[in-house]
Amino acid sequence: MSSLILRTATRYIQPILVLFSVFLLLAGHNEPGGGFAGGLVAAAAYTLYAIAYGVEEARRLLYVSPQGLAGAGLLAAAGSGIPSLLYGKPFMTGLWHEGDVPGFGEIAVGTPLLFDVGVYLAVIGVTLSIVLNLAEEE
Amino acid sequence: MLIAVLSGFALALIAPSLHRLTHKRTGFLVGLLPLGLCVYFVRLASGLDADVAPVRETLAWVPSLGLSLSFTADGLSLLFAALISGIGFLVAIYSGGYLDNHPQLGRWYAYLLMFMASMLGVVLSSNLLAIFVFWELTSISSYLLIGFFHEEEDSRKAALQALLVTGLGGVAMLAGFVLLGRVGGSFEVHELAAGAGLIRGDPLYLPMLLLILAGAFTKSAQFPFHVWLPSAMAAPTPASAYLHSSTMVKAGIFLLARLFPVLGGTPAWTAVVMPVGAITMVFGAYVAMRQNILKKLLAYSTVSALGAMTMLLGMGTDGAVKAAVAFLFAHALYKAALFLAAGIIDHETGERDVRRLGGLARALPITAAGAAAAGLSMAGIPLLFGFVAKEIFYEAALHGPDGWAAALTTAAVVSSMFFVAAAACVAYRPFFGAATETPKRPHEAPASMWLGPALLGAGSLAFGVFPGWIGEGLLNHSASAALGKSVDLHLRLWHGFTPVLGLSAVTLLGGVAAYAVRPRFTAALATVHRGCDAIGPQRWYDGALNGMLVVAKLQTKVLQNGYLRHYLAVILITLVGLSGSVLLTHVKEIRKHVIDSLVIAWETVEFYELGLAVILIIAIAAAVHSRTRLAAIAALGVVGYGVALVFVLFGAPDLAMTQIVIETLTVILFVLVFYHLPPFAIYANRISRARDLLLATSVGVVMGVLTLVATATQAYPTISSYYGEMSYDLAHGRNVVNVILVDFRALDTMGEITVLTVAGVGAFALLKLRLGARSRGDEEGSS
Amino acid sequence: MELVLAVIVGGLYAAGIYLMMRRNIVKLIIGLVLLSHGANLLIFASGGLTRAQSPLIAKDGHVLAPGSADPLPQALILTAIVISFAVTAFMLVLVHRTHQEAATDDLDALTTTDR
Repeated sequence: MSSLILRTATRYIQPILVLFSVFLLLAGHNEPGGGFAGGLVAAAAYTLYAIAYGVEEARRLLYVSPQGLAGAGLLAAAGSGIPSLLYGKPFMTGLWHEGDVPGFGEIAVGTPLLFDVGVYLAVIGVTLSIVLNLAEEE
Repeated sequence: MLIAVLSGFALALIAPSLHRLTHKRTGFLVGLLPLGLCVYFVRLASGLDADVAPVRETLAWVPSLGLSLSFTADGLSLLFAALISGIGFLVAIYSGGYLDNHPQLGRWYAYLLMFMASMLGVVLSSNLLAIFVFWELTSISSYLLIGFFHEEEDSRKAALQALLVTGLGGVAMLAGFVLLGRVGGSFEVHELAAGAGLIRGDPLYLPMLLLILAGAFTKSAQFPFHVWLPSAMAAPTPASAYLHSSTMVKAGIFLLARLFPVLGGTPAWTAVVMPVGAITMVFGAYVAMRQNILKKLLAYSTVSALGAMTMLLGMGTDGAVKAAVAFLFAHALYKAALFLAAGIIDHETGERDVRRLGGLARALPITAAGAAAAGLSMAGIPLLFGFVAKEIFYEAALHGPDGWAAALTTAAVVSSMFFVAAAACVAYRPFFGAATETPKRPHEAPASMWLGPALLGAGSLAFGVFPGWIGEGLLNHSASAALGKSVDLHLRLWHGFTPVLGLSAVTLLGGVAAYAVRPRFTAALATVHRGCDAIGPQRWYDGALNGMLVVAKLQTKVLQNGYLRHYLAVILITLVGLSGSVLLTHVKEIRKHVIDSLVIAWETVEFYELGLAVILIIAIAAAVHSRTRLAAIAALGVVGYGVALVFVLFGAPDLAMTQIVIETLTVILFVLVFYHLPPFAIYANRISRARDLLLATSVGVVMGVLTLVATATQAYPTISSYYGEMSYDLAHGRNVVNVILVDFRALDTMGEITVLTVAGVGAFALLKLRLGARSRGDEEGSS
Repeated sequence: MELVLAVIVGGLYAAGIYLMMRRNIVKLIIGLVLLSHGANLLIFASGGLTRAQSPLIAKDGHVLAPGSADPLPQALILTAIVISFAVTAFMLVLVHRTHQEAATDDLDALTTTDR
């Protein structure tokens, strides 16, 4: 599976895909996208890398284990529900902070963003956990 | 009273831990509660007044169901409560001696207390549903008590039988209660009693009566439901003494008496209850007489006594109900004493067969005295309470319903004769006459054990000499409560030379004669008895149980056969049948709708949409038909991307994006796995393929039509508009789909990513944990 | 287009079920994938079909413009897609391991747990 063209292309495409996935995640609240789509794109990016360079290299590039990523995602998503409890509201009520950021205009940051990040990480973690481990089965 | 009932449950919870601390003294400690309760109930009883309404306490439990914890302290409930707690006290102490070194004695106390508390709940509750709850609790706790020696198969079987028989009866009873509650408009017994006339005239009266009687009869071991009672002798003796003298089996009698003011006294009541009771009485007494094992003998005599009480309540005259109450009290006293004495004999000698017992009075003087008093009471000898009870029993039988008096009196006298013989077997034979060799050398049981028979025997004597003590008080109130009107009960030791006294004399003579001919008689009829046993109710029970197992096995074989496609076929045929039939009833509208949408489609469908559809259909067909895996995967990919295009065309960019990435990853996964698999083989033959194709096509047609109908109808207003309106203002998001996922319905999404993670962990575990391979490797290594 | 979509849904269901009833475990998975496509499209269609109006609130608006696609079924389907992917992946791993252990892809050869 080691074609030079694939390897070379992957070297450029993979970071772009990961960047794109982050964009999807962040833009997802207002434009098409979101944690599910973003996470899948990121997972696809690493899968591509694994095809081009092998699973070992892909794991090194990912830096953390996919299972850990999935766990962290779940934790982040569940944790995003806790702040609302401190305000005496039901679990997982969205809390928002609005503010003006120079150069960006008005921007709102809230717990649903953290939740979406959790979804993003969980999707990456689960997908890669299956794909990479299965690919190692030779 | 609530505390009185619940305290038993509370103590049951801590009894095992308590036993660990106190060891041998637990019996006395635990006994303090029933003793205290008994004193409490007796005090309440002494405060009873015919002119004052009984004390009631009510605590709403599930008001929406009409279920409340309401307790009534009238004569009937207090009589039972006093017996339950009083004998409970003796049994608790007794079990300390009987189960002396049993490793699970702590657990035993827990069961015993739980049972006692449940029984108190049954007799004190005045709400039908609460009675049912406690009733079932007695079934469960008696299951635990009967099956206490769970290492033995007999115990387990007997416990299960008791649970099944009384449990089934309980369910029937619940159905009867529900009917009664609906007809009567309340679940409170005293409110129902006020509307008794209306209830008795209702067309549902007979069904509800029969259902409730099923509950009472199973619990009180009436023929042919009596089978569980003799089997339950596998229980430890203290449990038998408790369950069969004053508690479990009396619950049915209690229910009959409790509901007598509501349901009783009608021709239907008499026609059912009286004969069943009479048959049970004679049958039980006869079978009791030919038993040789002490406990079995007592068990059948209990069946008979229960029959007598049922018969009396079935007769329903004032005199009969009074007699039932008196007989009940007498029976509780002597039967508990005899059971406890039988337990002592078993415990001290290791022998249960009366034929091999004799002369124990020297070794066990106190037990012998107690048992003798109880036995004389059972036989109905003057100066003992049993005599007093039997006198008014005969009196009631003589004044029975028209045309029945002679038959009932004969039945009563005959079974009483057998009682005399049975009493002689239990209380005379083992203690007097020549001593025999027994497996253990007998010596008097510890005080904890003889206390019960001694006290109860003394009670039989004391109440026998002075029947007025209890007759004028508690028993009188009890009979009044059962009849629903104030009556006077006069118990006297000496009635003068009446026909009843003559009957008593005849009974005694006949009983002695029966005792004398007993061994020869049973030997002569042994084959007949065996034949009767072979077709008796125990066989019916076994047959029903086995039948159930056979049906269960059969249906498992048919429905749970392990073939996925069979399960699938069952589900799908049901689906097609149900939805198909609904669709067929609207076939005209649907046909019109299809034609309409055909026209619309013709006018509006864009050519690229049609092209997409054609490609999708071809790809689907290819996925089904392909001979190689790679072709199948490719076709699957085309289907996936095609679906994504549908999402693109109809305003779902999020879906399209997700679908495309997923499809890519799916194809990669498929390739990774299929790489290792063998080529497709065709396993099924042509016929089964055609059959599956037919089923699949019909499901497809139904689902297609359903889609069409679903797009055209809207049964409920959609909630989507809310999300559309609130998405930006509340959640600062313009992508409504994403806002729903991460904000409005975030908890659902949380669940979904949890499922996702579980699937991931599962796959990881499957791949990495090779438990099977490792164990096989070990085997190979060791061999 | 409703009619066309109904035909596609029917086809997906029929094909999915036919494949699920095969003895070959791989066909079973392919069938399940087709079936989940069918279910997704059924939910999608039942929400009503609108051409090209995504459920996005316009830059200058505060509420979703009338005539937009229904966002609720889309949210349902989005998670359904991802979950069915995870389930498919899990099943693929299961098949892979089954084949390693039992060396067969015939479901009828897998009816007992003992070997």
